[in-house]
Amino acid sequence: MLEFSRARVWMLNIILLLGVVFAIPSIVPGRYLSQLSDSIPKETINLGLDLAGGSHILLEADPAELEKTRLESLEGGVRGAMRRAKPRIAIADMSRADGNISFNVTDPSQIDAARKEIEPLVANTTGGRDWDIDITDGNRITLSPSGSGTETALDQAMDTAKDVINRRINALGTLEPTIIRQGDDRIVVQVPGLTDPQALKDLIGKTAKLEFKLVDEQADPDQTAKGKARVGSQVFPMEDGSGNIAVRRLGGIAGDKLVKADPTFDQDTNQPAVTIQFDAEGGQKFTRMTQQHTGKLFAIILDGQVISAPVIREPIYGGVSQISGSFTVESANQLAIALRSGALPVDLKIVEERSVGPDLGADSIRRGALAAMIGTVLVLVIMFLTYGRFGFYSNIALIINVLMILSVMALANATLTLPGIAGFVLTVGAAVDANVLINERIREEVRRGRRVFQAIEHGYKEASRAIFDANITNVIAAVLLFLFGSGPIRGFAVVLMIGIATSVFTAVVITRMWVSRWVKRTRPQSLNV
Amino acid sequence: MRLLKLVPDNTNIGFLRWRNIAFTISTLLMIASIVLVVVRGLNFGVDFIGGQMIRATFEESQQAPIPELRDKVGSLGYGAPVIQRFGAENQISIRMKLPEGADKDPEIANTMADKITNKLKADYKDVRIDGVDSVSGKVSDELFTKGVWALLAAILGVSAYIWIRFEWQFGVGAIWALVHDVTLTMGFFAITQLEFNLSIIAALLTIIGYSLNDTIVVYDRIRENLKKFRKMDISALLDLSINETLARTIMTSLTILLPLLALVFIGPGVIFGFALAMTLGIFVGTYSSIYMASPVLIWLKVGSDSFVPAEGVADKVERTSESYGAKV
Repeated sequence: MLEFSRARVWMLNIILLLGVVFAIPSIVPGRYLSQLSDSIPKETINLGLDLAGGSHILLEADPAELEKTRLESLEGGVRGAMRRAKPRIAIADMSRADGNISFNVTDPSQIDAARKEIEPLVANTTGGRDWDIDITDGNRITLSPSGSGTETALDQAMDTAKDVINRRINALGTLEPTIIRQGDDRIVVQVPGLTDPQALKDLIGKTAKLEFKLVDEQADPDQTAKGKARVGSQVFPMEDGSGNIAVRRLGGIAGDKLVKADPTFDQDTNQPAVTIQFDAEGGQKFTRMTQQHTGKLFAIILDGQVISAPVIREPIYGGVSQISGSFTVESANQLAIALRSGALPVDLKIVEERSVGPDLGADSIRRGALAAMIGTVLVLVIMFLTYGRFGFYSNIALIINVLMILSVMALANATLTLPGIAGFVLTVGAAVDANVLINERIREEVRRGRRVFQAIEHGYKEASRAIFDANITNVIAAVLLFLFGSGPIRGFAVVLMIGIATSVFTAVVITRMWVSRWVKRTRPQSLNV
Repeated sequence: MRLLKLVPDNTNIGFLRWRNIAFTISTLLMIASIVLVVVRGLNFGVDFIGGQMIRATFEESQQAPIPELRDKVGSLGYGAPVIQRFGAENQISIRMKLPEGADKDPEIANTMADKITNKLKADYKDVRIDGVDSVSGKVSDELFTKGVWALLAAILGVSAYIWIRFEWQFGVGAIWALVHDVTLTMGFFAITQLEFNLSIIAALLTIIGYSLNDTIVVYDRIRENLKKFRKMDISALLDLSINETLARTIMTSLTILLPLLALVFIGPGVIFGFALAMTLGIFVGTYSSIYMASPVLIWLKVGSDSFVPAEGVADKVERTSESYGAKV
């Protein structure tokens, strides 16, 4: 047990050295860090928001809303395809209910042709189908969402949403956000250093779905005021609360075809406004729409509310337009950012929000570090007083152990949170315990009359069994916690797993190497332990 | 250098003589804890019941004006707030239930937080808002379920390992000790009404880890002695094992208590409840290894035939290895 080959000693020393070196960036204060040579790694441990201060926002998508949007776009797709088919396929009784779309093909002999037109609309890229097609009574087609289609749609929507949020926050400037997807329908946004998340929430809470639709000027104003739309129309509320407007369901332009959006001021009223520029395709559509409907009203709809409904005075060429409404400078700027970064494909709702002020965070770190330091010094003193030379070895091993945990965390880019500190305390405790077990066992073996070499050998061997069992159970607990636990509990589990590995290494393997070298060099006749 | 010895050599304390008394007291304490948790309830934080928590520090004051704040925040029309000291004397947390409809429209919750923080800032010049947490009912339900599952999974998982590695009686003893530790700690939270939040779950897990570590050390010695002294009376053997490991038990408890006490007295307020729970857990965990985990072995009839036919795999390996024969 006490034999260490030269190669093994070298290997262990190299690991020790690396373990210490990688911890340097995490423990040296920032202002000295830049002066260190380039050969020292720069990875540091991230401090969790509870320690460093900042904002944490958990967003959840509304899958029902997404389904509705999908249904709407499918309906538009089906109508367009039937109209463009040659010969044109007449359909009737289009209905959207229970998440399905169904309609009658007026001439039953065209049913196969209709099916052929729909096929490409419902196929997805992996060769499967997003929607299942059913034909009943010879002429009624029902499209129902396939399970995988719904899943894929949500998955893609969440990916897009993540990108959109990223672009929006980046537009705010120098923040360094972490944006990750969680589960099927959630996104976590963490922004260190941002204490008042209001601006952030305003920005990411906005879906920014922009639509231009023609106002339905034939609609009955009384019905519109009640929120009832006639066939082929939709009713939207005005954003300023001044009533409702009916618009034509089809034939509008979606605002997702923008290449530019900037805050500006309206030249006539001098009020804040936003100018937008469509891409080539959207620009052409916009020109066509304004050409065909000059003199009519069109509504600019943002997130289900009409911002304004101006008259089209003349055809607009070049795809540049201006949106004016009741904006402030700030809200115009926010809208421009939101439009530039694209619409969120799905509505997101804030389900959890946490913010920690930087003062509290700094205070926590300062007092936490002081407490940890005092606690550690006390432990080191009592270990040395109790076990002498062996206690000294344990102490050095313990210090290296702490540094190694920091190193591994820095390399793995792990985040240290308050529960993580609990994990730290537990592993440091376990590391000390390992040495206490070994040293007590050596004492015991000496008392039983064993000679120096044998007592040490037996001490390590007999104690190792309990150390092994205790650490395995901790690993089991840590793995289960990681699997079943949520955010902060996982932080605890991660530190625990790292700490178990490093503490067994330092407390058992490394101290044994030092003890064995000492025994071989000095050949003591008795042990003061 | 003369070395420090906290426990004299070769102690021979009859720990298990009091096992019935200890067991009775512990069982009564456990029942009392359960009753307290059920009747008085735990003071759940927003992590587990949803709602909003605003933390604030009154920088120039010795003490936060808690009763005055109760009236002021209560008069805003969002119901009665739960206001508690949070760390230092001049630090508080204000907890509110989320208003009706906040699940649908987060703006309502925002408005509430704004109104409260504005009121504080207007009425107290030295107030510093340290953070706002807002957790919806759906998320808090999930956090709660996940927390409970994590605890259960950890307890069952490690007990199963002990069962495999030792004998089934040891698994039962370990699970019993862990249930004891967790129950008493929860009882402590029911009495003190300290806030029970996610970090307390982490504290409970740490206590489980520590208590189990302690139990394993004693069990390992019992296993060793069971193999060594086949004829010895079981309760004498347990006493011997506990005495042999006593020095280690005291020393380890002390070395883990020192940093914990440092955290309790000078650590940040945010982890006061957490550190206090752990400190208590160290005592409970050490005690339970001796008086809960060990006597179970007597009652479940662990004896000289244990570890003979059905010893763990690792023991078999050990027995065939070269050095084992030299022992005893």
